[in-house]
Amino acid sequence: MVKRNLARRLVQALIVLTGVTLLIFVMLRIVPGNPVETMMGEHANAETVARMTAEMGLDQPLHVQFFRYISSAVRGDFGTSYSMGKPVSRLIGGAFVNTLILALFAALFAWVVGIACGIFSAVRKNRLPDRLFMGFSLLGISLPVFMAAMFLQYVFAFRLQWLPISGTESWTGFILPAVALGWNSAGQVAQMTRTTLLETLQEDYIDTARAKGRGPFGVLIRHALRNAMLPVLTMMAIQFSGLLSGAVITETVFSINGVGRLMVQAISGRDIPLLQATSLLATTVVILGSLLADCLYSVLDPRIRKEG
Amino acid sequence: MLRTKRKRAEQAADLLLQSQIGEEERFRDLMRRMVRENKTAAASFVLIVLMVLAAALGPLLTPYGENEMDLLHRLAAPSAEHLLGTDEGGRDVLTRLLYGARVSLLIGVAPALLSLILGAALGVAAGYRGGLTDAVIMRVADVTLAFPSMLLAMVIMYALGGGILNVFLTLTLVNWANVARVVRAQTLKLKNCEFVEAARIIGVSRGRIMRRHILPNCLPTLLVLFTLNIPASILTESSLSFLGLGIQPPNASWGLMINTGRQYLYSAPWLCFAPGAAIMLIVLAFNFLGNGLLDVLDPRMKKQ
Repeated sequence: MVKRNLARRLVQALIVLTGVTLLIFVMLRIVPGNPVETMMGEHANAETVARMTAEMGLDQPLHVQFFRYISSAVRGDFGTSYSMGKPVSRLIGGAFVNTLILALFAALFAWVVGIACGIFSAVRKNRLPDRLFMGFSLLGISLPVFMAAMFLQYVFAFRLQWLPISGTESWTGFILPAVALGWNSAGQVAQMTRTTLLETLQEDYIDTARAKGRGPFGVLIRHALRNAMLPVLTMMAIQFSGLLSGAVITETVFSINGVGRLMVQAISGRDIPLLQATSLLATTVVILGSLLADCLYSVLDPRIRKEG
Repeated sequence: MLRTKRKRAEQAADLLLQSQIGEEERFRDLMRRMVRENKTAAASFVLIVLMVLAAALGPLLTPYGENEMDLLHRLAAPSAEHLLGTDEGGRDVLTRLLYGARVSLLIGVAPALLSLILGAALGVAAGYRGGLTDAVIMRVADVTLAFPSMLLAMVIMYALGGGILNVFLTLTLVNWANVARVVRAQTLKLKNCEFVEAARIIGVSRGRIMRRHILPNCLPTLLVLFTLNIPASILTESSLSFLGLGIQPPNASWGLMINTGRQYLYSAPWLCFAPGAAIMLIVLAFNFLGNGLLDVLDPRMKKQ
């Protein structure tokens, strides 16, 4: 049953992915104007433009272009960047490493801080620490990423000069961007952990564990937390893919050469192949993330596993 | 967060259906209870009203004009004359904040409303008609939801170009799928309710059943979604404008003010932090209000 369910989800994900590719492809091609003209400037003569257009296959009907794109994309060829003149796959490969490191740091921050705050809040429910942490996490959810990023940059890099303002020469350069990026997720994890932990603590088996003579710490960690973490874990899988694809602003503020920044550069350079590939990559990551979350849930929760 | 909120909105709507609330009078009672019990939500509501008033009465509150330059006092720090300082053209930041509030608030409300209408119409149609209509609408919704919203907004803005109207359109296209999904789920439940069946039996037309019997019962959920979509729209717009892809000068929104103020982050930090604080306040207020509405609609949450 599990396998069949998984196969169904996989097929669904593939369909969505195809839809996404088609949507991106069509949207980028309804932009008025020939990209070759944009690329070559005002003074290009008509003959060269026509030759280039034919060379790049842009004179073909849209569906031919689409299938051609798909068939080379499957083989890892995403075309050549208009604005940078390099193969898109190579540009993205380098940038993806930076984004991955950034997202990992951000996730680490979000999960450690978020879970710790969530547990603490649940244990001290409705007391001062709870109020404080929950207020803080709401602030985290409402603070736009670019404000968090600029605030951190101003205070810790410019005023206190503890950390570099931008760049990724050393790992310390990743700290501020990671905190800025993970801030939001930390708030969400904290709230989720608190809610599910409070719900779990009211279950009968917690009373049983207490009656058995387990200490309060043992009950909290071994019995309550283990069961409460399920929804949190699923959320984290979804979040991680969100972090990977949501680094556009953080990377721009801190000048990190990642996929997000590449995407902004692609937009300002009207670079269709690059924009197409970066947005496709980001969306794929998100689809994979939610697929992973589903699998994780059914593996970790025996009840779902049985129901199939 | 949005995921959990959507789930909670659905649960709340379920409970409403079960307890047969949803008539207008009971709904008004609920609102009253929210104001009485949830002080944060009530305070947020007051704050939102104040901000709307300030945006509407902007010109009366400040002695300066929106684009009044004063090159002798460029980048002046906050003082008694300029409460929030001046920008690179010597324009009063507080004044520009008040004028920018018009754009930012409008961008919060208009696309949220548009996506609500579009999403509700498509969601009801998908849920009630089923079959091919359902399949087509929901697959398109799936594809839309698969995009991270910021990314989708960036791609659409690229295709359409900058400007207020395009931002409206983009945010509507980004947010409708969420609404459609929730409304569809509700419609599926309502479809088999006795009163809908009764209407069907006495020969009420399909369109009329959708309009008069199903949609009104989705209203509480729609209200919550609307309240939560507003801050989401404001955040997306400010992020787009921050990247230079959203509102274009001479229009001013808070996001755009931060975009231009960024170059002066170290010499004149108020250029970024004043509009940033404004965005945070309004987003926080709408989130509190949305959560307050949810709590009132979902009685189980009150116990905690």
